[in-house]
Amino acid sequence: MLQGVDLDVPAGEVTMLLGRNGAGKTTTLRTIMGLWKLRQGRIGFAGQELGGMGPSAIARAGIGYVPEEMGIFGDLTVAENMRLGARTRRMRQDRIDWLTAAFPALGTFWHRPAGTLSGGQKQMLSLARVMVEPRQLYLIDEPTKGLAPAVVSVLVGALRQLKSEGATILMVEQNFAVAKALGQNAAVMDDGRTVWSGRMAELAGDAGLQDRLMGLHLEGHR
Amino acid sequence: MSDAAPAHAPRIERAGLSGRLRPLIPWLLVPAAILLGYLGIWAQASWPLLEPVLNEDGTLRTRVFDLAPFDVRLSSWLTLTVSGLAMGMMIFVMASGLTLVFGLMDVINFGHGAFVAIGAFTGITVLLAFPGLAGAESLAANLALVGLAALAAMAVTGLLGGLFERIIIRPVYGAHLKQILVTMGGLIVAEQMIHVVWGPSEIFIARPEMLKGALTFHGAAIETYRLMAVGLGLAIFLAIRAVLRHTTIGLIVRAGVQNGEMVEALGYRLRLVFVGVFIAGSALAGLGGVMWGLYQEVVTATMGAEIMVLVFIVVIIGGLGSVEGCFLGALLVGLTQNYVAFLEPKAALVSDIALMVLILMWRPEGMMSAGGRR
Repeated sequence: MLQGVDLDVPAGEVTMLLGRNGAGKTTTLRTIMGLWKLRQGRIGFAGQELGGMGPSAIARAGIGYVPEEMGIFGDLTVAENMRLGARTRRMRQDRIDWLTAAFPALGTFWHRPAGTLSGGQKQMLSLARVMVEPRQLYLIDEPTKGLAPAVVSVLVGALRQLKSEGATILMVEQNFAVAKALGQNAAVMDDGRTVWSGRMAELAGDAGLQDRLMGLHLEGHR
Repeated sequence: MSDAAPAHAPRIERAGLSGRLRPLIPWLLVPAAILLGYLGIWAQASWPLLEPVLNEDGTLRTRVFDLAPFDVRLSSWLTLTVSGLAMGMMIFVMASGLTLVFGLMDVINFGHGAFVAIGAFTGITVLLAFPGLAGAESLAANLALVGLAALAAMAVTGLLGGLFERIIIRPVYGAHLKQILVTMGGLIVAEQMIHVVWGPSEIFIARPEMLKGALTFHGAAIETYRLMAVGLGLAIFLAIRAVLRHTTIGLIVRAGVQNGEMVEALGYRLRLVFVGVFIAGSALAGLGGVMWGLYQEVVTATMGAEIMVLVFIVVIIGGLGSVEGCFLGALLVGLTQNYVAFLEPKAALVSDIALMVLILMWRPEGMMSAGGRR
């Protein structure tokens, strides 16, 4: 349960949400997305109050969500998964070209059922599905979890491109090397609350701060 | 970390023969059942295969009987096959909406049978209101009347389905036990309302004139109405499949059956889609009720509850949320019941349960469960 999350996600920047397992990072993303009900407090987004809105309304307000478990529709083809993400019958060709260049596997398996993809390819699809249309805010939950280094590099490359577009991203990440490479800001959670927030450079450069916040050196996760 | 990603070059591996055949296996079960039915009927005609014969010296020997000619009961087999397919198609029409409702929102609707019964009574009322058209020896007039009856039944049950969802289902989303209780309650109320509106007795109905007869093919009498039911059921299956595969709403439904939460998180109002599916499913149940009523030539208030046993078996063995599975399951149930009733009438009572047990032992989630369904 969340009990004191105070989080600011600056527009046009990447904010990393860090913390131990069970700290409330996924819960925070799901609550912003409206998948779990907000009991107290408020969530503001682009001048709107999101609390009380359902996930579909929140998505239509411009927020894209990549869940930890990827949420791929295994019986649908890669193309159909992408079409659902685009919310239109005709996807923008420039976005498709960009995404199939960033994730070549998706182009190769475009008409295959998504359930037949490997774990890394599913993660690519999950990310590409939300990137197929520009969103105002991307909520991305542990995209590199359990993936091979080669696949992680592909994902990081695509996220870098997204970042260079000026996208606003709030991302949960356990791999500190990835977090440091992508994040401009960081927020650390523990026991359902934010215990620290600031610039990523400050956290990355202070091993003592890392130790104090999480009881372990994040550099050790490299 | 370098910007340049190492090559992640995917390769397409050819699936092995078993991997490619696996999705086709459920489709092969229907022709296999038809073949098995034929072999069963032929074997029965040849039974017993062994006969004790007295030799000249007084000893006994066993003689193998001459096997019956292979086409000995071709006519019986043809009649039973068409009858089984017709029955299966009608069950499919009734069950197709239920499987999507199950799959899309995890709603267990025991009240689905109410739409079958109300649809049948509504359709029969239309048929009885136009005796001239029903008695006319014109196929066009007869089909127009049946079409009108079907449309009326679908309109009434679709409308009632919308109300049922709003009043009975919506307050119990996510609570299976409550869903079972309130939808069964809804079914009982609907049955009593049928008694109030149409009276307590069953209503016997004769089919329109041109749908009464039978065609003769290889010595088999095949009822015209059964052929019509097969054609209509097949058309409805192809139409549902086309909607699911080639429209955006179909795409949302197929995705929703697998992971409704993610569909919502992508910006789609799944509740609204569900209401639409519920209304369409109720209307199809109503259409199935008209078809079933004309098949049985009698309608009763409890016919919906009675047929629900078969409908649930079909939904379960097909795989929750799978229209294709539901279609194949319905055909298997229809064929099995007809063949077994002919070969061993007493066993017909348990044949469908036995079929369900066998299929669930083979595929516990049904023949074609929606992949990745949560």
